[in-house]
Amino acid sequence: MSNGGRLLAIALAGATVALVVIGTLWPNKAAAAFSSGEQFSTSAGTPEAAVRSLGEQIRANAYQRAYDSLANKGEFSEQQFHRDLTSGWPDLRTYATLSDFQVQPLHASDSEADVRLKMQWSTVVGPSPSSRDLHLVNNGGRWQVQWPITKEPVVPPQVIPVNYLRWDVINRSSADDWGAQDVEGPHVRIVDMHPVQRAEGLVLLGELLNEDVIPAYVSVTATLLSKDQKPIDTEGSFDNISHQLLPKQVTPFLIRFPNVTLSQVGSVRMQPFSQLISASADPVIEIQNEKLNPAPDASVTGQLTNQSGQIANVAHVLGTFYDQQGQVVWVGDQYVDHALLPGVPVAFNIHIPEDLARKVSSQRTVVATYSFGGAQ
Amino acid sequence: MRVGIPALVFGLALGITSASAQSGDLNLPRSIQAGAAFSVQAGGSGKGTLYIVGPAQFIKQDVQLGGAIEVAAGALYNAGHYSVWVTSDSSTQSGSIDVTPVQKPSDLTFIAKPSRLPVALHNAITGSAYVFDSYGNLITKPMQVSFQLTNQGSAPETRNVETRNGAAWTQMDSAAREGKAQFVARVGDVSSIRIVGEVPGDPCNIKMSARPAGNKIQLVTEPVKDCSGNAISDGTIVTFTATYGAEKTTVDVPLKKGIASVEIPAHRGATISVASGVVLGNQIRWAQ
Repeated sequence: MSNGGRLLAIALAGATVALVVIGTLWPNKAAAAFSSGEQFSTSAGTPEAAVRSLGEQIRANAYQRAYDSLANKGEFSEQQFHRDLTSGWPDLRTYATLSDFQVQPLHASDSEADVRLKMQWSTVVGPSPSSRDLHLVNNGGRWQVQWPITKEPVVPPQVIPVNYLRWDVINRSSADDWGAQDVEGPHVRIVDMHPVQRAEGLVLLGELLNEDVIPAYVSVTATLLSKDQKPIDTEGSFDNISHQLLPKQVTPFLIRFPNVTLSQVGSVRMQPFSQLISASADPVIEIQNEKLNPAPDASVTGQLTNQSGQIANVAHVLGTFYDQQGQVVWVGDQYVDHALLPGVPVAFNIHIPEDLARKVSSQRTVVATYSFGGAQ
Repeated sequence: MRVGIPALVFGLALGITSASAQSGDLNLPRSIQAGAAFSVQAGGSGKGTLYIVGPAQFIKQDVQLGGAIEVAAGALYNAGHYSVWVTSDSSTQSGSIDVTPVQKPSDLTFIAKPSRLPVALHNAITGSAYVFDSYGNLITKPMQVSFQLTNQGSAPETRNVETRNGAAWTQMDSAAREGKAQFVARVGDVSSIRIVGEVPGDPCNIKMSARPAGNKIQLVTEPVKDCSGNAISDGTIVTFTATYGAEKTTVDVPLKKGIASVEIPAHRGATISVASGVVLGNQIRWAQ
């Protein structure tokens, strides 16, 4: 080894040792959380401090420590507490981490208090907020949380016969003659399209219909053209669409064009894409008790119930909002972070922008589901 | 002897170089059918080399000058215009020959589109046929191609079309009844078959009924059919919507055995509607 190489090796070894020492002596929050937990705030002198301490423990995945701090831990096991937060079935919450939380006092006396814990979970499809209203009791000057456990629903052992249609696809072989017949791609059609100017840019809203008799994987791309027919921008619907459409099924779509104003646009070129896929008509999801809630906090709420026997691990709810003339004024969505078990309702809540809430007269909701172990 | 395309460049270069030294005309037929044997008459004496260079084939053969040079049957089979050279150390003779397709059709490439379409559409099925000989040459001489579309339970629909530049095409109507139609193109004793799936159109007159099922309502459609009376395919989504006050319940249900059935919560005074795609069905007001 040359002198230069020896010097480089020594320098790298020295830098590594120095970084290990720095990381050990002054760890960042995440590292501290994953290590011994000594750095947790353990103050429980006030209700807010007790809830904050609990939030930090949950954020650090220190579920045993969090469970031990609860006042009502005799009512449920640590495993049930863990499942309450992270789900018993594989779903978005299973792979989520608590990225942040806020503590909001609601009520307090000398012996009891109510505090809201607002949690922001980071999931693979984006943030997923949730909140719990916690009751706290003062035990000899130490505030303890009474955790409002939501026990995992138990689906009774049963056999659910499912005989919905399934489509499988056999495409032509690469060895076939050039004129050989192939299966026809699905025919889809944009049945509505409407541009909306928002503060963040232009948004294209619309609906896409699978008018064929076979399932389709779909997406929509749009190109904005200026008044002299020059392209301004091309964007796709990404996940603001239900990608799998069964025959005669309709999905809304939303395409965002940041930093583009409607006045710049002369025309729009829409390009629906469809591809034949293997799919199943199962599971069937019922949307119950849908309700349009007016501003403030305008939203559409309801419950999803899986009518089939197959567990839907991830559900994506898309809401299409119409004005009195039946024109689409907004498309909103929400990923439900809990698995849909057979017959067990799970709530959803799709936010509607405040300024558009006044215009909304009716809405339509569709659900796309994904099951681990195979696309459905 | 046949050699690969890379030798073509070499052959051409050799021919052109030799041609510049001395030239003469070869005696050979103006045209032959693909795969036919033929002979080339070259003057001179001694040994030489025959080069035949065309659009998709190159032949190099050692020959004896001063007599007939035989090119064996099956040696030259790709249709097109070929240049022919016979070279020796002292001379180069050249000529050209056209290779035409064999006039007997041997293969038919048939493109039928779409392979699936709704019933009762005018001129919606397109068939294009390309006629080839046994060597895969497109036969450009006009020939009669017969297109026949046979729907289940009805008489075949036939069109006879003459090829132009080796291709013939036609348009056909889809039948009123769903099913698999057989689309055949035939020229001489060669035929090619394609299957065209004729599927039901949009649902027509969706009708549902409701009956109590415990604390729920069971909604069942009548067999869903299109406007030609064909049963709509299983798996087609039917949407049931029950509106009660400011709330709503929606279920997308796939057709099973021609009908859609679902149970939804019962709400007195609920208005229940049914739809599939952009087609609306009847409405029911639940009074119980």
